[in-house]
Amino acid sequence: MFWKKQLPLIIVFMMGLIMTVQYFIPHHVSKWVYVNYVDWAIVIAIFGAFLGYFSFLRVHITRIRKKTSNWVFSIITLASLLIMIVFALIDGKGSDSLFQNMFLYTSAAINATVFSLLAFYISSASYRAFRAHSAQAVALLLAAVIMMLGRVPIGDKISFWSAWGIPSINTVSQWILNSPNMAAKRAIALGVGLGSLLMTLKIILGIERTYLGN
Amino acid sequence: MGFFKKLEKLDRRIIYIVITLAVILPFFFPMHMPIAIQPEVKSIYDYIESLTPTDIVLFSGDYDPQVEAELSPMFDAVLAHCFEKNIKVIVANPFSIMGMGLVEPRLKKLADEYNKVYGVDYVFLGWRPGGFLLILGMGEDFNKTWETDYYNTRLVDIPLTQNIKDYDDIALVLALAGSAAYNSWIVFAYAQYRQKIAAGITAVMAADAYPALQAGQLIGIMGGLRGAAEYEQLVHRPSLGSVGMEAQSWAHVVIILFIILGNLGYFASRKRKK
Repeated sequence: MFWKKQLPLIIVFMMGLIMTVQYFIPHHVSKWVYVNYVDWAIVIAIFGAFLGYFSFLRVHITRIRKKTSNWVFSIITLASLLIMIVFALIDGKGSDSLFQNMFLYTSAAINATVFSLLAFYISSASYRAFRAHSAQAVALLLAAVIMMLGRVPIGDKISFWSAWGIPSINTVSQWILNSPNMAAKRAIALGVGLGSLLMTLKIILGIERTYLGN
Repeated sequence: MGFFKKLEKLDRRIIYIVITLAVILPFFFPMHMPIAIQPEVKSIYDYIESLTPTDIVLFSGDYDPQVEAELSPMFDAVLAHCFEKNIKVIVANPFSIMGMGLVEPRLKKLADEYNKVYGVDYVFLGWRPGGFLLILGMGEDFNKTWETDYYNTRLVDIPLTQNIKDYDDIALVLALAGSAAYNSWIVFAYAQYRQKIAAGITAVMAADAYPALQAGQLIGIMGGLRGAAEYEQLVHRPSLGSVGMEAQSWAHVVIILFIILGNLGYFASRKRKK
């Protein structure tokens, strides 16, 4: 119990306290602690990456061994991993290497394609969902239309009224970003900041313990 | 089914076809619409204009292929500007392993175009585990944090990097991010070391970054394809960003028209029900 519960809590409390105190003390010992912390944390992150690779391998090998649903995709995943490693070992990882070309013309292309489908889903969804059925919906609709036109050059092109001194769509969209948007985002950021601070205190003081597992 | 009912329940395939045409046709029939330059983009341009050939700009290419269409034109435009002015460039990917594969060929292509020498004019660091810890580490000892470049050459053996100690030697960090990675630069590099940071982010994320811009934590923002197109106009290098803006313009107009059609159908059917 000590190793699984008390010890992690003690380490978290001590490290939290040390790092908080050192931040406010401009002294060479404090600096030494900070520099060593950064070095150690990077080393731990590298171990974390290795752990991730091993976990990835274990999950897919188990799936193949147990022939769970879609286990064939695990073979493709592992084969892809192996192929990329072999290509990097044979031909390096420079600009015109096999490794780089495989990435650009398969993985990158697939990722970009899947993401670009969003344009179609968004247009279909906005056609169906953007209904002016209440005052709030009208406000949202107007803001969305102004932003959509204001962020593209056609917004300036059609703002013929700007010649008479009336703000163009682009100007109004910039105002939306700089005023109402900024006010809302600041309020959210302050809330998130205070929430993070409280959560950090709860972790350091051992009140929040979900990171320990069950 | 009546006309207005049909308007309300338009087949999604029709929407898809019209959107496809709205996106593709402008590439073949561009209208060359002028793009107004926003102050948040101009401020990045002005800052880079003020740099000298001894200065170093660090590009943080933390984006994945999903958002490459928006962020790579920014990378190209700002990099071309730096090379044009003989400013030294370091490219790294502290947060995105995939970004490494996207920026490396672009960096090499532009470096060849401007006859830049690797190790003297530019260096590519790539990715390594650590994320925000790398940002903190660079503030203490740049070379110790990265140790080697992407091609496994020690940074102390590369002329451009051997004398870099910390952020005092970096004039600007351009955080190109398809995630909240730019925020880590603000939290760790700006807050701790007062490093000057500019952000190149996707259009959907741009609204989040404006408070940081107004607070002076960012010197400028390039938001989405429009930000890239504006920078291309500033450096007189119209490319994918500028061409893409026309497609985006027409796609937005089509979506707005569909929203209007949908609402016409909705109001007509509501009136009939009453």
